[in-house]
Amino acid sequence: MAYGSGVDVGSTQTKAVIINEQREIISRSLIDTGANVILAAENAYALALKNGNLEEREVEYVIGTGYGRYKVTFGDAQITEISCHGRGAVHMFPNTRTVVDMGGQDTKAIRVSPSGEILDFCMNDKCAAGTGRFLGAAASALEIPLSDLGPTALRAEKAVKISTTCTVFAESEVVSWLGKGKKIEDILLGVHQSIASRSMGLMRRVGVEPEVSFTGGVTRNIGMVKALNDLLGFECNVSDDSHYMGALGAALFAMDRILSGRLAKESVA
Amino acid sequence: MSDVKSEIVGRGAKEGADMFRAWFNRLTEAPERNEKAAYVMVMGSMAEVLRVFDFHTVFPEINSLQTAVRRVAHEYLNVAEDYGYSPDICGYVKADFAMQLQGGKHPMGKIPPPALAVYTNACNTYIKWAEIWERMYHIPIFTLDVPGTRAAGGQTWSGNLDFENDKKYVGAQIGELIKLCEEVSGKKFDIDRLRETMGYANDMTRAWKRVLELNKSQPSVFNALTDGTVYLGMANGFRGTKEGADYFNRVVEEMEYKAANHIGTVNDEKYRLIFVGVPCYPIFRRFNEMFTEHGGAFISSTYLWFASGGTNLGFEYNLNNPLDSLAEGVLISVREAMDAMFYQDRVIMDMIEPYNVDGVVYHPIKSCRTTSTGLADNRRVILEKTDVGSLFIESDMMDKRVVAEAQLKNRIDAFFEGLATRKIMKERVA
Repeated sequence: MAYGSGVDVGSTQTKAVIINEQREIISRSLIDTGANVILAAENAYALALKNGNLEEREVEYVIGTGYGRYKVTFGDAQITEISCHGRGAVHMFPNTRTVVDMGGQDTKAIRVSPSGEILDFCMNDKCAAGTGRFLGAAASALEIPLSDLGPTALRAEKAVKISTTCTVFAESEVVSWLGKGKKIEDILLGVHQSIASRSMGLMRRVGVEPEVSFTGGVTRNIGMVKALNDLLGFECNVSDDSHYMGALGAALFAMDRILSGRLAKESVA
Repeated sequence: MSDVKSEIVGRGAKEGADMFRAWFNRLTEAPERNEKAAYVMVMGSMAEVLRVFDFHTVFPEINSLQTAVRRVAHEYLNVAEDYGYSPDICGYVKADFAMQLQGGKHPMGKIPPPALAVYTNACNTYIKWAEIWERMYHIPIFTLDVPGTRAAGGQTWSGNLDFENDKKYVGAQIGELIKLCEEVSGKKFDIDRLRETMGYANDMTRAWKRVLELNKSQPSVFNALTDGTVYLGMANGFRGTKEGADYFNRVVEEMEYKAANHIGTVNDEKYRLIFVGVPCYPIFRRFNEMFTEHGGAFISSTYLWFASGGTNLGFEYNLNNPLDSLAEGVLISVREAMDAMFYQDRVIMDMIEPYNVDGVVYHPIKSCRTTSTGLADNRRVILEKTDVGSLFIESDMMDKRVVAEAQLKNRIDAFFEGLATRKIMKERVA
C-alpha cells in the first residue's frame, strides 16, 4: 500500500494529511505554526505519522504547500495552496466549480474545472480584511474565545453594519459600537457579514458558479458558513475536513506522482 | 563559445549600458557648457524637433525608474512625501520632484534643470507634473494635445476627414512648438536638420519594429522585460540621432544571429508570455526571475509599445514633406501609445498564434491609473475569447512598500502550475 502526504504551512496553523492509494485520508494533524516554520512542518508531519501509525519510510512522497511550502525541507516538491485547495475541494465535493478558502491572513476565490484544473483565482492583496485575522481582531476586542464567535453571531437579532475595511481599525469600531450599547451578538454578526461580503467580492471577480466549496480554517466558524450561504443564496459545501483541504490537495498531488512513477517504472520494465 | 557568438550575443545590453552612462554624463556636464535641456516624456518626446535646436532631451520618467532599479527610490519618495505629496501620487512624479529639490541629485549623475518642458496628453499626469517645473523654474511648458482613438477599433487613417482634421490640429501645434524652441534656444529653425533627425528616427523605428518581430522566434531572442527596458532607454534617449539608429541596427544584427542559431534568453523556454503594464522595478531582477525560474520568457510587452511612444507601429516619416509627415507620425504613434494602454486586447489576440503565446501577465500598478484602469476588463476579454492562461498581479513600478514579494511569488507559482496543467491536457487531447 502506498502512502502520500501533504503538509500545509500556513501563517497561523500547519496541517498535515496522509492518504493511501485509494486516496482515503489515513491521518491528519493540526498545530500552531509559531515562529519556527521549519519545526512546525516537521512536527505536524511527525504527528500525522504518529496518528496514522506509520513510519516515515512508508510515505513515498511529500508535497509542501502554503506560504511556508519551501520550508517543508523534507518534502519532495512544492505546490501552491491555490492548486492544492482546488484539487482537494474537487476531490471532496466532485461538483465543485468555485472554491472560497479563508485562512488566517489570506482569502482566495478559485474557479475550477470538473477535473480540478485552476481556471482563475483571486486573492486579497496587501490587506488582511476579510480573513481570519479580522475575526481574531474582533475576538480580541470583545474578549471572546475564537470558538465562540460563530455561535454568538448566530444569536443576533439585527446585525450592526461594520463599515471599516481595515482589520486593525475594526477593533476600534467594534469598541465604539459596544460603547453605544449595541449587543455583542449583533456586532459579531456584522463582522461576519463584512468578511463574507469581501469574500463575495473576490468570488465575483473569478465568477461564482455552483457548487461553491468553502475551505480553510475559518470553515469551523458556523457563523461564517451562514453569512456566506446568505450572500450566495444557496448552501456552500463544508466538511469537518475543510480545514485540511490544502494539505489534502497536496497529498493527492503526491499520490499522483507516486502512481505515475510506478506506471513509468512498469512501462520501462 | 565561438568568436562570433561571444562578440555578438549580449552586445546590445552591454552597448546600451555604456551609451546610457555616457548620455547621463553628458547631461551632468550640460550646465557647465551652457547647454540647454528640455524635459520630455516617453509618450511623444518630440525629440525630432528638439534636436534641431540642440536641446538635451531629459526623460524624468527614465530618471525616476533608474532610482528604483538601483534600489534607492524609497529615499526619493520619502523626500517628496515629507514635503507633502500623498503616497498615492505617481512614484515617477515624486521621485523627480525629490531630485529637483536636491539640485538634480541622481544615482547616475546630476540631472540638469529644464529650459522648457514638452509633453503630450497621452498621460494626464504629465500636465500637472510639468506645472511643478513651471512653478519651480519659471520655464515655458508645452502641451501637445494629440487626439486619441474615439473607440476601440475605431482608428481613422490618412484620407479620412477626421484624421486630416486631427493632423492639421497636431501640425499647427508643432508649428507653435518650433516657434517656442526658437525663442528659448535663440537658434533659427533649420528644416534640413529636421529632415536629418527624422531620417535617423526612421532608421531607428524600422530597426525597432524588426527587433520586436524577431521575438516570434523560438526560443525568443530577447527578454521583453529586462532587455526591453534597456531598449526603451535607448529608443527614447537616442531618438533622432545617428548613434541611436546605429545602435538599433546592431541590435537587429544580434537578434537575427540569435534567431538563426536558436539562442534564447532562458535555458529551457517552456512558456511564452506577454507582459501588460509597467514592470516592477523595485525588485526588478527578482521579479523577472520569478518567471524565468519556471521557464517563462516574456516575448513581448505592451510597455515596449506605449513607452516607446507608439513607435512599435513602425510609422516612417516622408522626408520630402517633413512637417506634414511629422504631424501625421506624431498623431499615429502617440495614438498608438494610448491604444496600447487602453485597447491592447485586440493586438494581444492577434499575437497569440504568430508568437505562440502561452499566457498573458497583467500588472496593474498603484502609481498609475492611466495604465492600470481597464486591465481587469481587458483580461476578461482575453479569458473569454482565447484559451491562453492569464495572471493578474498588482504592485508598483517605484514604491517598494506595495511590492509584496511573497504574495507575488505565490500567485506566479500558481499561474505556472496552471500553465503546466494546460499543457498536459492539451498533449492528452492531441
